[in-house]
Amino acid sequence: MSGADQSKIKRRQFLAGAAAAPAVAAVALNGSPARAQAASVPAVPNAAGEVNPPGEATPLPEGYTCGSDHMVDVLKALDIEYIASNPASTFRSLQESIINYGGNSKPEFLTALHEDSAVHYGIGYARITGKPMAALVHGVVGLQHATMAIYNAFADQTPVYVIAGNSISEWTRRPGAESAHASIDQAQMVRDFVKWDEQPPSLRDFSNAAARCYQAAVTGSPGPTLLVADADHQEEAVHPEHMEQLHVPRMGRITKVGADSGVVQEIADMLCNAENPVIVVDRFGTSMESVPLLVELAEALQAPVIDTRGRMNFPNKHPLNHTEIAGPTLRAADLVLALEARDLFGMVNNLADTVERNAVSRLRPQTRVVRLGTTTLSQRSNYGASQRYAAADIEISASAEATLPYLTEAVKRGAKASFRTRGERLRMATSGLAEATRVEAARAWEASPISTARLAAELWDQIKNDEYTIATECQFQSYWPNRLWTMNHYYNYLGTSGGFGVGYNAPSAVGAALANRALGRLTIGIVGDGDYMMQPGVIWTAAHHQIPILMIIHNNRGYHQETMHIQRMAARHNRGIDRAHIGTAINEPNIDYAAVAKGMGVFAEGPVSNPVDLGPALRRALDVVRRGEPALVDVVTQPR
Amino acid sequence: MRSIRLLAGAAAILVPILIAGSAFAADAAAGEEAFVRFGCYTCHGYEGQGAGTGPKLAPEPLAFDAFSTFVRQTSGDMPPFTPATLSDEELQNIHAYLESIPATPDPASIPLLQQLQ
Repeated sequence: MSGADQSKIKRRQFLAGAAAAPAVAAVALNGSPARAQAASVPAVPNAAGEVNPPGEATPLPEGYTCGSDHMVDVLKALDIEYIASNPASTFRSLQESIINYGGNSKPEFLTALHEDSAVHYGIGYARITGKPMAALVHGVVGLQHATMAIYNAFADQTPVYVIAGNSISEWTRRPGAESAHASIDQAQMVRDFVKWDEQPPSLRDFSNAAARCYQAAVTGSPGPTLLVADADHQEEAVHPEHMEQLHVPRMGRITKVGADSGVVQEIADMLCNAENPVIVVDRFGTSMESVPLLVELAEALQAPVIDTRGRMNFPNKHPLNHTEIAGPTLRAADLVLALEARDLFGMVNNLADTVERNAVSRLRPQTRVVRLGTTTLSQRSNYGASQRYAAADIEISASAEATLPYLTEAVKRGAKASFRTRGERLRMATSGLAEATRVEAARAWEASPISTARLAAELWDQIKNDEYTIATECQFQSYWPNRLWTMNHYYNYLGTSGGFGVGYNAPSAVGAALANRALGRLTIGIVGDGDYMMQPGVIWTAAHHQIPILMIIHNNRGYHQETMHIQRMAARHNRGIDRAHIGTAINEPNIDYAAVAKGMGVFAEGPVSNPVDLGPALRRALDVVRRGEPALVDVVTQPR
Repeated sequence: MRSIRLLAGAAAILVPILIAGSAFAADAAAGEEAFVRFGCYTCHGYEGQGAGTGPKLAPEPLAFDAFSTFVRQTSGDMPPFTPATLSDEELQNIHAYLESIPATPDPASIPLLQQLQ
C-alpha cells in the first residue's frame, strides 16, 4: 500500500487521536478513498448518491477491520436474532458486515419492502418473544417512513430496536441523495415517542450506546428505542492494535420490578375486605407466566375478571371471566383493581360520541380504584393514548406480573369463607354465556357477504387442535375469535396496536409468525382490506423468508370505521346520509387480493363470498401454511 | 355493497303498516335497498344481525312504533335520523325488511357451533 493510500485509510481510522487534525485537512481536499472515487462520477443533484454506482472501494489493509464488523459483534452480544430492513446506502457497510462478517445469522437480514413494515415486524415478534428484534432504516427518509410503526410500539409498550443510518459529517457526504438523507439530530423526529435515542459520536462509543438503547427498550415500561449508526463509523478502518479498545457489552439478566411489600399488603387487605372486588386487565398477558398468575389471583379471591383485550390476559372460557357482562359487573363493584391499564378513564367510563361528549361512569360513586402497572412509566407530554385524567385511589407504578405472586399470597393469607359463596354466584352469572354466544353467532349464518362469526367458526374448526396465535386486532371482527375460540395462553391473542395506526396488522402478524416459526406455532392474521393495502408487500417478505402464516383478508370493501364516522357526521349535520361511501369505499374496481398475492409468489384463494366455499378454501390454505409457507384467503365479509 | 341473502329471497314482501290514520304498504325489498343505501348495515350488518358496532335489529325487530321512536330520537352513540335524512316511508320500508328476515337457525343444527365450548 502506498503512503498516500495509508493516509486516506487513516481518515476513517479508529482512534486517530492527535493525527485527526491532518487527516481531516486531507479530507477537506481529497475526500475519502471510496467517496473520492464516487465524487469523480458526474453528480446529478438530489439523486446521485442513490442512482449512481458506488465508487470502487480501496480494500482494507491486511489485518484491518471495519467499524461495521464491530457493530455486528455488538448486535450479536445483544442477542438480536433478526434485523428487518429496506436496503439503503446510509448503512451499506453495516448490511455487508451482517451478511458476510456476521454470516447472516443473529442477526439475520430480513428484506422488508417498506420501513414501516420493518418496524412492525418487530412489534409482532416482541409480542411473542418478549424481546426486541431490530429494524434498520435509511437516514432521514427511512426513519420518516418508520415513524408510525415506532409510534404504535410506543403507544403499546412494545420493545423495538431501531437503527438508523446517517451521514453526519458534511465533509464525507456524497453529493445528492446522501446529503439529503443526513441529519444533525435525526432522532428529533421520533424523540417524543421513543424511550431512548443515541447517536454515538465515535465508533468507540457505539457499543455503550447500543447497550443503553437495548436496556431502555426492555426495562420498566418497554418501548421503542433509536440508535443512529453513522456511515463514517460503519466504514471506518480499524487498526488491529485498536480492536481491543472496541468494547463489546455484556447484557445481564433484566428483571421486572414489583411493588413494595407494604403496598402489596395494603392492596391485599383492600381486596379481601371488599364485598365485590373486580379485576380489570388490559396489557398484562405478555409471557407464559402472566396468565396463570392472574388465574391464581382471581381464584384465590373469587373475583371476576374483565379483559379489555389489550393482550390475551385471562382464559376466555373461565367462569370468572366476566368480559361479556362487564357492565353489570363493574356496576356492582366496590373495588376495582386495574392491571396494566393505560387508559384508566376509558376503562371505568362510557363516553358517548355525541356533540356534548358526556361521560357516564361505569362505577358507583363510592367504588375505589387501585391501578397497578407500568403504563404510567411511558407517559410523554406530547402524546397520550388515554382520555381524560383519572385518579386512582392508589396508583402503583410497578410491574403487575412481578407483583402478582406476592399479592396472591397475601390474599390467600387473608381469604374469607365468603369468597366461596361469591365465586358460586359469579359462576352462575356466566353459565349461560356460551349458549347465548352460539345463538348470536348463528345469525346471518348463511349470509353473503360472510358473517365474521361464520368466518371465526370455520377457522376454529380447522385450527382447534393447533397451538395457535391470532396476531391481529379482533375488534374489527366484533371479537368473534375471542368469543368463540378457546384462548388459554398469552400467545393465543396478541392484542391491539396501541397507536391504532392503519397498516399495523399485516406486518405485525408476519413478525409474530417469524417468532412462532421457531416454536412450531400456527399464526393467523385477519386483516382488514384497508389495513392490508397499506403494506401488501409483507406477504412477499413472508414468502421470501418462508415465514408460515395464514393471512385472511377481512374484505368489507371499505374503510369501514370511516364510513361510520362520515355517516354519523352527516346525520348530525342533518344532511343526506347516503353518500358516506364517498372517499371510504374500496370498490369500483374491487381489489383482487388473491391475484395480488399470487403475483408475489404466494398461494392464495378468493374472493370467497359464499359461506359454503369458505371451509374448503381455508383448508387448502392451511395445508400450505403447515408446509411452512404463507397463504392468503380473501373473504368478502360483513362489515364487522 | 348489497347483501345477497341466501335465505330470505327478499323479493317485494309487502307488509302493511298503519301510520297516522293512513295505510301504507311497506315494501321489504325497497327496505333492503334503503337499509344498504342509508348505511344501516355499517353498524348492524347486512341482515341486521348486530355487531360490535351496533346491536341486533333482526330477526324479530322492535315493534314499529318503538323502532321509529328510537331512530328519530336516540341520543346515544347512534345519531338520530330525522325525516330530513330518512323519510317516514323509507323508515317503514326498512322496518319491513327487518321483519322479513327469517328466524335465526337453531345453533344445535349447526355442527360448527356445537363443537364450541
